[in-house]
Amino acid sequence: GVKDGRWTVLQLVEALGFCLENTDPRMRGRGIQLLSQVLLQCYSLLQEKEVLHLVLFYESRLQDHHLVIPSVLQGLRALSMCEVLSPGLAVSVLKAIFQEVHVQSLMQLDRHTVYSIITNFMSTREEELKGLGADFTFGFIQVMDGEKDPRNLLVAFQIVRDLIAKDYALGPFVEELFEVTSCYFPVDFTPPPNDPHGIQREDLILSLRAVLASTPQFAEFLLPLLIEKLDSELQSAKLDSLQTLTACCAIYGQKELQEFLPSLWSSLRREVFQTASEKIETACLAALHALSACLSRCVLSSDSEDLLDSFLSSILEDCRHHLCEPDMKLVWPSAKLLQAAAGASLRTYHRITRSVLPLLLEQYTKHTQSSQRRTILEMLLGFLELQQKWGHVEEDESTLLSLQAPVCSVVFSALTDPSVQLQLVGIKALTVLGSLQGFLSSSDVELVVDHLIRLALHEEDSQSSEAAMEAAGSLAPTYPKVFSGRMVPRLEQELQSGPPLRCVSSSEWDESYYNDCSLQQRCLQALAAVSTHTSIVRETVPVLLQHLQKVQKGTEARNTQDMVSVCQSLHRVALQCQQDMEGCWYFHQTVVPCLLAMAVQAAMQESTHMLPGKALLEEEVLAAMIPVISAATTHLSPELAAQSVSHVVPLFLDGEVSFLPQNSFPCSFQPFGNGECLEAQRRLVALLMAFVCSLPRDVAIPQQEWLLRELLALSCSCNCPFTATTAAKCFAGLVNKHPAGQQLDEILQLAVNRMDPSLAEGPRRMQALTLLLWVTKALVLRYHPLSSCLTDKLLGLLGDTELGPAAADGFSLLMAESLDVLHKGCHADVRIMFRQRFFTDNVPKLVQGFHGAGPDVKANYLKGLSHVLNHLPKPVLVTELPTLLSLLLEALSCSDRVVQLSTLSCLHPLLLEAPQIMSLHVDTLVTKFLNLTSSPAMAVRIAALRCAHALTSLPTTVLLPYKGRVIRALAKPLDDKKRLVRKEAVAARGEWFLLGSPGR
Amino acid sequence: LIRSINDPEHPLTLEELNVVEQVRVKVSDAESTVSVEFTPTIPHCSMATLIGLSIKVKLLRSLPERFKLDVHITPGTHVSEHAVNKQLADKERVAAALENSHLLEVVNQCLSVRS
Repeated sequence: GVKDGRWTVLQLVEALGFCLENTDPRMRGRGIQLLSQVLLQCYSLLQEKEVLHLVLFYESRLQDHHLVIPSVLQGLRALSMCEVLSPGLAVSVLKAIFQEVHVQSLMQLDRHTVYSIITNFMSTREEELKGLGADFTFGFIQVMDGEKDPRNLLVAFQIVRDLIAKDYALGPFVEELFEVTSCYFPVDFTPPPNDPHGIQREDLILSLRAVLASTPQFAEFLLPLLIEKLDSELQSAKLDSLQTLTACCAIYGQKELQEFLPSLWSSLRREVFQTASEKIETACLAALHALSACLSRCVLSSDSEDLLDSFLSSILEDCRHHLCEPDMKLVWPSAKLLQAAAGASLRTYHRITRSVLPLLLEQYTKHTQSSQRRTILEMLLGFLELQQKWGHVEEDESTLLSLQAPVCSVVFSALTDPSVQLQLVGIKALTVLGSLQGFLSSSDVELVVDHLIRLALHEEDSQSSEAAMEAAGSLAPTYPKVFSGRMVPRLEQELQSGPPLRCVSSSEWDESYYNDCSLQQRCLQALAAVSTHTSIVRETVPVLLQHLQKVQKGTEARNTQDMVSVCQSLHRVALQCQQDMEGCWYFHQTVVPCLLAMAVQAAMQESTHMLPGKALLEEEVLAAMIPVISAATTHLSPELAAQSVSHVVPLFLDGEVSFLPQNSFPCSFQPFGNGECLEAQRRLVALLMAFVCSLPRDVAIPQQEWLLRELLALSCSCNCPFTATTAAKCFAGLVNKHPAGQQLDEILQLAVNRMDPSLAEGPRRMQALTLLLWVTKALVLRYHPLSSCLTDKLLGLLGDTELGPAAADGFSLLMAESLDVLHKGCHADVRIMFRQRFFTDNVPKLVQGFHGAGPDVKANYLKGLSHVLNHLPKPVLVTELPTLLSLLLEALSCSDRVVQLSTLSCLHPLLLEAPQIMSLHVDTLVTKFLNLTSSPAMAVRIAALRCAHALTSLPTTVLLPYKGRVIRALAKPLDDKKRLVRKEAVAARGEWFLLGSPGR
Repeated sequence: LIRSINDPEHPLTLEELNVVEQVRVKVSDAESTVSVEFTPTIPHCSMATLIGLSIKVKLLRSLPERFKLDVHITPGTHVSEHAVNKQLADKERVAAALENSHLLEVVNQCLSVRS
């Protein structure tokens, strides 16, 4: 009634009069409860005058019987939310509460109400409350003192934070306020199991930390507390103290810290030097970093003694001498401490490097063992990386610049050291030095490039040579001129010198031939690695293409391999220039026509002269070209892509060759034509696929319908599996991007009509199945309604004795990320969660099919199921587990290797993540795993041993009965003939030995 | 196998402390023998026996039964070399040591994979 305005609150109060004045406190309580409930519902409708009266009434009721108080507080809470509360009332309500109510003797809910009242007033009547002065703070301290419930604490901490943040008068009560909050530090709270409120320990820690670190006024009390907790034994207390200290440093100044610096430093030092826990070490370093940053912030504004300087001096004094003993334990902790302090500000950096860098350089020359040198150089590298953070080297102040010559000589000496580890660190250091603007002189840069070339091409260890290529790649954009002028010609020269003709076939010759080949490989890789700047790409791409043409003309057996590696290099270049519009277009324009031209030419030669197959047309090479073209296409802008597509599609449909370089061909190019001799030309559909399926979705493809029909025909009629599969993939890739509508439906209908008869019988069932799989994938990805119909067809095929196994493998194709088409990278329409959707739609059908199937095809269903499960995200898998577990266990006894393997890899994460459920089946699991450790397939043995290892994460009590048996059984694979199996066996057996024994 | 064993006193592995080195390990698959020489960090390292025991236990658990194990101290690097070698070579004493739950605890700590 009150809500609609038919009644006024006054009328309600009058009506309740009897109740409200009843002598029985219980009756009074009920009356007030009713009134409060009404008020909670319609506090926004109240008039100012009504509010005044109600407030006075409620205030007087606060002195009432304790049974009544909860309802009174509810009512006050409702009133505290009124906007029309007249000035002064808030203060009087709070005063009344502070005076009359002993908050901590109330129930949790009622205490929460009090906090809500305070919060409400604080958000709406800030000015009035500030008028109360420190009394308000004191009142609140009394209210909060002794609070135990985490829910209330969260609110209370928030209030304290607001008190401080909004600048309420704390008066003489700073220490009390600190006491009343800091008594909870460090938070020690474990939420009860099944806690419905969802308060985590972390929430409390964070909100308390926000309180403690909110004002410098707390510093004199807080810092001793932190030091005390840091010195305690408890890991969590240490961690919390360190993090709180870090938070405090953001607002503290020199004044607050001054007194405590020595003891803070000694505690931090002790922790870093002694701790075994990485977490604490990190926290210590962060705290030291924050401390130094804080001090360097204050240093400018004060004229008194330079605190920062003395602080850093004490750090240096304690850490410096450890740096001179690269074999000892304390080297790294010291270096980390120094680096943490040095990373705080430019000032600290200079102060520390001034002292440390010369020392490190001196130590480097003093120690001659490469392992010691490596440690020293790694420390040096840490400091150099910090310099990177400050950007360019400043002329006047930098110590680094004055040490330029010795630093360079140390790094160069590392590069020529025989130890690979030292070389690797040297290369890293080189990268950092190179990225410091203006640090290296031009002659140094040339020297650097020479070193990199030497390492990349001639260093025996592949790790170093790869690192050198990486370094070249990351430095090339900084010094493009030096690299394109010095490195590229060198590489080109090496590449052209090529493997010598094999005239003598002695073993000596063979070896040098082999070396030359690997040198060529290195050259190709290096050319790709260094192509990280547009100007360099313009130099390297022609070199690579030229090499490809040269190799193609040759006749040697290694040609295929060589061409594949050129393509791999081109692919890498393509990836590196994807982000750069200009480079990308250059690459596309140069490489795509060239590759197409070479391929077309080779195909023509084969079909006119019936020459033996050219290496260029081998599946491997074509497969290597696909990613090149695809990567060159995906990042094109729509206009440029449209320009390009208008050349490429007519090439395939009409044999329009005019845009290709060297376009004088002996006959016409018609990959979709009929005829025996066109087999080679048909293979080039792979290149068409690479191009067309990578186009952005908004690029229109000319004559798309015709193209689709041709592809469909090719995929169903071709005898060569490679061509048929590629055509099917290309078809699927286009269908996936085709806008929905009648046209799409017609095409799909056509495809289904084409597929059905070939699937049923005939010589081309496999081709039809491949087409079905790819089209299904294309549709499943985009949630097309037809996809379920096609999936059902596929499920039906599982029962087919001939196609069943292939169809089962097809499920992995459907669920896995495909490499060349139909993935996000080539702009395919991929909906998120398509796997989950496929799982929920189809797994019940699979299970049902399994139960209804004959014995000879049961394995197909299991295989399909395990493929689906294998690709499912693990969290989903764990929740779906209980229903499927029995089926999975059955799958373990299936004799098919693929099923075993994929089931094992399914079970492995489950063992780790859902040990409770799995321990119910421990007996079966142990038996099955142990049986599989003697499987003939190595991969199965490894997977079974991994699972046996993972078993140890089940509850120990469940496992102990099996311990002896497992240890005995695992002794056998220890002597396996494969090293990887032995390795897993050792790990698993060692873990089983530790089960249930002391000291684990 | 033994490079990752933790030192009982330091938070480092035996390899990092150069207690075991590749050149001092001899394996003959044909004869099924393994011989490990280890170098205690200092000549009177009190943990030498324990380190030896850890290595031996780790190998016992990780190698097929056909191997005969020989774990001993690199000659000339420890003051009570012979005594320790004798202890390690004695099957009964190794077995007895592993019955001792306190010793077993320390050994297992050395062998646990570091988190």
